Amino acid sequence: MEKTTKKRRFLRLKEFWRRLKKNKLAIVGLCILCFLVLVAIFADFIATHDYAEQDLLNQYKLPSKDHYFGTDKFGRDIFSRVVHGSRISLTVGFISVGIALVFGSLIGAIAGYFSARVDNILMRLMDILLAIPQILLAIAISASLGTGLTNLMIAVGISSIPQYARIMRAAVLSLKDQQFIEATKAAGGSNFRTIFVHIIPNCLAPIIVQATLGVAFAILTAAGLSFIGLGLDPGVPEWGAMLSEGRDYIRDFPHMTLFPGLAIMITILSLNLLGDGFRDALDPKLRD
Amino acid sequence: MSEKILEVKNLKKYFKTAAGPLHAVDDVSLTINKGETLGLVGESGCGKSTCGRAIIRLNDPDSGEVWFKGDNILKYTHRKDLLRMKQDMQIVFQDPYSSLNPRMSTGDLIADPLKINKLYKNKDDLREKVVEAMATVGLEERLYGSYPHELDGGRRQRIGIARALVLQPEFIVMDEPVSALDVSIQAQVLNLLMDLQDDFSLSYLFISHDLSVVKHISDNIAVMYLGKIVELAPSHEIFTNPQHPYTQALLSAIPRPTLEDNTEEILLEGDVPSPVNPPRHCRFCSRCRYRMPICEQEEPALTEVGDKHSVACFLHHDTQASQA
Repeated sequence: MEKTTKKRRFLRLKEFWRRLKKNKLAIVGLCILCFLVLVAIFADFIATHDYAEQDLLNQYKLPSKDHYFGTDKFGRDIFSRVVHGSRISLTVGFISVGIALVFGSLIGAIAGYFSARVDNILMRLMDILLAIPQILLAIAISASLGTGLTNLMIAVGISSIPQYARIMRAAVLSLKDQQFIEATKAAGGSNFRTIFVHIIPNCLAPIIVQATLGVAFAILTAAGLSFIGLGLDPGVPEWGAMLSEGRDYIRDFPHMTLFPGLAIMITILSLNLLGDGFRDALDPKLRD
Repeated sequence: MSEKILEVKNLKKYFKTAAGPLHAVDDVSLTINKGETLGLVGESGCGKSTCGRAIIRLNDPDSGEVWFKGDNILKYTHRKDLLRMKQDMQIVFQDPYSSLNPRMSTGDLIADPLKINKLYKNKDDLREKVVEAMATVGLEERLYGSYPHELDGGRRQRIGIARALVLQPEFIVMDEPVSALDVSIQAQVLNLLMDLQDDFSLSYLFISHDLSVVKHISDNIAVMYLGKIVELAPSHEIFTNPQHPYTQALLSAIPRPTLEDNTEEILLEGDVPSPVNPPRHCRFCSRCRYRMPICEQEEPALTEVGDKHSVACFLHHDTQASQA
């Protein structure tokens, strides 16, 4: 018995994979993402230099055989810093978006599904959060929580909750009055089950798009926080921080911003491609 | 032989609107016997769907009683009682397009009610029950993994019927189950519904605006106008001996394939009064050709005029009074 259940679940995954595979762009995205994750895991082996080692004789060097991506104002090897930076930037990007996604979707789904009063209370709370500029909100939260990677992710995550809540609520509102929701209630379905089994799977498309874009925003916000001393130590390699450091020299030494910027761009691109593929593979209407 | 399975007494359902309460269902009483079908007809907006939904508590009624198998189900508050009640009383919806979750396959859709009520031992048992229900409504097993958008209206509606049947209910509200289907499919689905009724001794409340469909399937027919039942009689009686002016007008509107057309078509004038603050006198009198002074003063009650035949009209109160 147990075996057939597992088999069936496996078959469903296999079906999902088969459909995802058809989308060439999604596979490209998946490959890039895997590559980035591998780089993060094996950063120690890939990096050519110590990411923190300063070499004041070799400041502002352009890309060369010695330093693939050149060096920054302390003569540190940018290639090694970008490679090591993937660890922090990917973690911050994914986890803070994860926090915002889970809590935002839940709040939005509850607000959209239940009575006008619940909706009013929750969405006015979200409006309060939205009224404060997001970066300011993140600053306030991380100032009260203290510095450190975990607090940084929490701050960035909380500050983006309202966007997800709004999107989810709008999607739920348009679904709530559909007859199939009534049909599952007629069979005795609880509110909890209706939300998780029938409503959320039908609301995934806009949320996935928002989440893939949200990763970029999270990386940049984290950099902003580090910049004003509320995130990580300035010495820690991180794409966003490298961008803002190089900004002052962009006229003379554009390579200092180019490479961390490219890294962020490639991450977002891969997520966007993969996100689109997920959305399509999960939608039975788009099946071959 | 005919044992009451459902008795509705003085059911009322008002909706709050800005202009005042909308009297969707106003003091409706009806009875359904085991294994029989009560057809509920009326024009759109007369409250027939709301009535069906209120009976199975999809919209909780404002007042009244619904007696089902010896219990007033409107008194239920515990989830356990409600679940048990919903297993016994199911509904088939009108629109086979929006009533099925587009992201679920046929198998998952039919399994949904079973999962909610935990009516299976393990996954294999679940699948077996789903396939059995599919066979009962005439869906091939190969459609198990198909999604609703891949199926035609008739098959979709069969999924809707299987979803209701899989819980083994005794009473099903048919909320215009065939009005969204092609005529050829309508007949198939109607025959299926009648076969199922015989096989499982089901009782139906069959809601429709199409008299010919209702005639085909019903034992008794209730005619509804603006939230009230105006005439209630056995099916053949309604068609051969309609008493209420509204019923007469409805019947005269059915197209008849005859050469010598000697039946008079009764055209109703005017519009249905608003169900928000409806008139306190007879609700039909503004459109009635037999209007009498009393019709604009009082509201006629549903009174028996013949064998199991009740009408709410002053015309027949008089005849009854003179007979008595």
